[in-house]
Amino acid sequence: MTRNGIAFWTGAAVFLAAVFAMTQLVGNQYPFFAGYVILQFVALAVAWSILGGYAGYVNFGTSAFFGVGVYASVFLVNAFGAPLPVQILTGAAIGALMGFALGLLTLRMQGIFFSIATIALTIIIETTITNWRYVGGAAGIQIQRPAVTAPFDNYVQMLFFVQALLVVLAVAISRYIQNSWIGRGLQALRDDELAAECTGVPTLRLKLLACVISGALMCAVGAPSAMYLQYADPAGAFNLNYSVSTLAMSLIGGTAHWSGPIVGAILLGTTQQLLTVTISSEVNVLVLGVMLVLFVVGAPEGIIGLIRKLRGKGKEGEA
Amino acid sequence: MTLADTRSPLLRISSLTKRFGGFTALRNVSVDIRPGERFGLIGPNGSGKTTLINCISGAFRTEPGTILFGDEDITPLQPHVRTRRGIARSFQIPRPFRSMTVAENLMVALDFAAHEHVSVGERRDTMMSILEQMGLGSKANVPATQLSQVELRKMELARAMATHPKLLISDEAMAGLSGSEVDEVLDLLLSFASCNITIIMIEHIMQAVMRFSERVMCLDAGTIIAIGTPSEVMADQRVQEAYLGT
Amino acid sequence: MFSLDLLLDAVVIGVLLGCFYGAVSLGLSVSFGLLDVPHVAHPAFLVLASYAVSFLNEQYAVDPLVAGLLITPVFFVLGLATYRLYYETFERRGSDAGVRGIAFFFGVAFIIEVLIILQFGVDQRSVTADYVGKAWRLGDIRIPYRLLVAFAVATGLTILLTLYLSRTFMGRAIRAVAQDQEALRLMGTNPVRIKQWAFGIATAVLGIAGALLVIVAPVDPTLDRAYIGRTFCVVVMAGLGSMSGTLVAAVILGVAESIVLTLFGASWAPAISFAMLLGVLAVRPQGLFGRR
Repeated sequence: MTRNGIAFWTGAAVFLAAVFAMTQLVGNQYPFFAGYVILQFVALAVAWSILGGYAGYVNFGTSAFFGVGVYASVFLVNAFGAPLPVQILTGAAIGALMGFALGLLTLRMQGIFFSIATIALTIIIETTITNWRYVGGAAGIQIQRPAVTAPFDNYVQMLFFVQALLVVLAVAISRYIQNSWIGRGLQALRDDELAAECTGVPTLRLKLLACVISGALMCAVGAPSAMYLQYADPAGAFNLNYSVSTLAMSLIGGTAHWSGPIVGAILLGTTQQLLTVTISSEVNVLVLGVMLVLFVVGAPEGIIGLIRKLRGKGKEGEA
Repeated sequence: MTLADTRSPLLRISSLTKRFGGFTALRNVSVDIRPGERFGLIGPNGSGKTTLINCISGAFRTEPGTILFGDEDITPLQPHVRTRRGIARSFQIPRPFRSMTVAENLMVALDFAAHEHVSVGERRDTMMSILEQMGLGSKANVPATQLSQVELRKMELARAMATHPKLLISDEAMAGLSGSEVDEVLDLLLSFASCNITIIMIEHIMQAVMRFSERVMCLDAGTIIAIGTPSEVMADQRVQEAYLGT
Repeated sequence: MFSLDLLLDAVVIGVLLGCFYGAVSLGLSVSFGLLDVPHVAHPAFLVLASYAVSFLNEQYAVDPLVAGLLITPVFFVLGLATYRLYYETFERRGSDAGVRGIAFFFGVAFIIEVLIILQFGVDQRSVTADYVGKAWRLGDIRIPYRLLVAFAVATGLTILLTLYLSRTFMGRAIRAVAQDQEALRLMGTNPVRIKQWAFGIATAVLGIAGALLVIVAPVDPTLDRAYIGRTFCVVVMAGLGSMSGTLVAAVILGVAESIVLTLFGASWAPAISFAMLLGVLAVRPQGLFGRR
């Protein structure tokens, strides 16, 4: 393992240990409720940038994957009383299939056409779920949490830890992709798909891979959300706010490096939590939108790009 | 054909036709390219030269018609597979990977089109030696977007060479260059050819075509109107008409 | 259950609705279809216009159509400014403009949505006028006047824009810039200024389209999301930049929506335009009456 690799995995282990310690030591429930949402957005943003950042395909359909993850859990709990790990794994499997379908779309559509198609998928799936009585239809559905398993003494604390695991998984995958031949291939096809093909890059296979991984992660992240909210409705689960938040966090953080979306999600996620508590959720979306526009106009490389500029061009950090 | 060639062709294009909607860009084109040949492809604008290149490199699907490379029918293969088989190309309008440095541009080729499993260190050595050969050694860590026109052309050729091609297709690599730059690029192509790489050169600069090619083919409106030695083709009545538009 | 009367009713309403969809898509047909700007915020601008019209109607009792006409200059300037910003930040920089350009308009759409919510709240808004709320009976078919008004104005607007693009110098220049910028530059015309003007026109048309939107039905701040599907469906189906195609495609969408609504109920309505859009993109990306 390289020095960077050791540093990364040490960091991940420390992070998980800290999260675990927090669930054992902190009594107040609010930090877990807020922290869960932030971690959820970190995982979503990291997953989004595998396709949106590395491959340059702007996916507006984060909410489609997230919502399908939520409803996969709703269905499994309703039908079989399936435990959380099964919900997450099933979510990931369905997300991978959806990702594969999305990847096939890239064959025929690029740029804005692809993006619009992802919105279309979102609305179509949402409408289908709305008309599906078994999972509650438009009115939504209540979900009963099972008893919490040791060593956790509260369900939300456990979900918080599970979401932290998903974050580590997503980041590790994203980092691996960036540093491997997959990442270089995706970067090449993002710059110029035909030139990449003619330089030997199997563009379709790489795009499918990126879509499948990105989709599986997003769905997996959505799966525990049903348990978190104890409730699901189509308008909430498929809310386009998930799409715009994820996209904004990734782009504001910067998509050139795997750490960008993490920075963006933590920064914006925390701000959102504070704003929602102190002002209103509308102002929250407004801040997000304004930040997004400001960054794509003024700092196209995101926070990561700004940091790199500040450190000067001399040092070329490799991680 | 002037030379009797006993060896089998490297590239055999048989009755290739390409239509876009109602427009026929290539009509029943058949030609053999011999191993190690320096082949010039000329024709007025819109005559189908670049379309033919796109068909050979796989960017366009063709039907009907077949393309044999060596002994293999490559017609159904995707472009990246053809690149790995040994067909490389440059683009009429350079298409660098804009977010990468010159070195990274070449590394994409070495990562994805390298034939055997070679270590990263060896790939870097190969990349540097190609860049040195092209006179781009000092530009290795420069972003591709900061290159001059001639450097960009050279980088495209370098990237194509990094795929280890048997056949290199150069699509107007000299367009927009000054006289001395044209000579530079031409010398590079000649040096590739001397390493036993078959080259198809599309070019508008007639002097360059004449100096470079062993054989020249002229397309007009999607059909072959002449093929032979450079002087034969230049002397051809129909070629002169196609160019002068009389 | 299914009856011929019901079907006929659905078709008539669908045609009227379709012409209205055509009118709200005209601007996008220019900005996206002709100018290749990934204008995801088009429907948000549309809803913004509706709120402006509704505001003028409530506060000063201005007729909605007159209000729509009044705000067109403002929207024209808004369009000029938007294109200028887009051009300076994305088109001119060239590389990687795609991802950020799309994200830019997506962000703008959300900003508009939230600003509307902050100013007017989440409640529905409508307008009052003589023709809103009454209906015209034609045998068994009941046609609301508001749909007839929308139909008439929409058709007029489409004809006007088509004439503008084909008969005036500026209109022809806009069509030319869509096809070959280089040629225009050689003729000594600045393609950027023409595109900016075209974007201004496309946005100005939204003033009246917004009036139609709020005449046809009450609006709410997030209505733009449904209209992303409708407008892009129409423009893509029409074949980018074809005005007459826009009208035909819009009528197809209108009739399809109206029939599905009658047969399966309103809960399926939001998906229709998106499903058609996806279908067209997957099967025939160049549109049914395509320019390319």
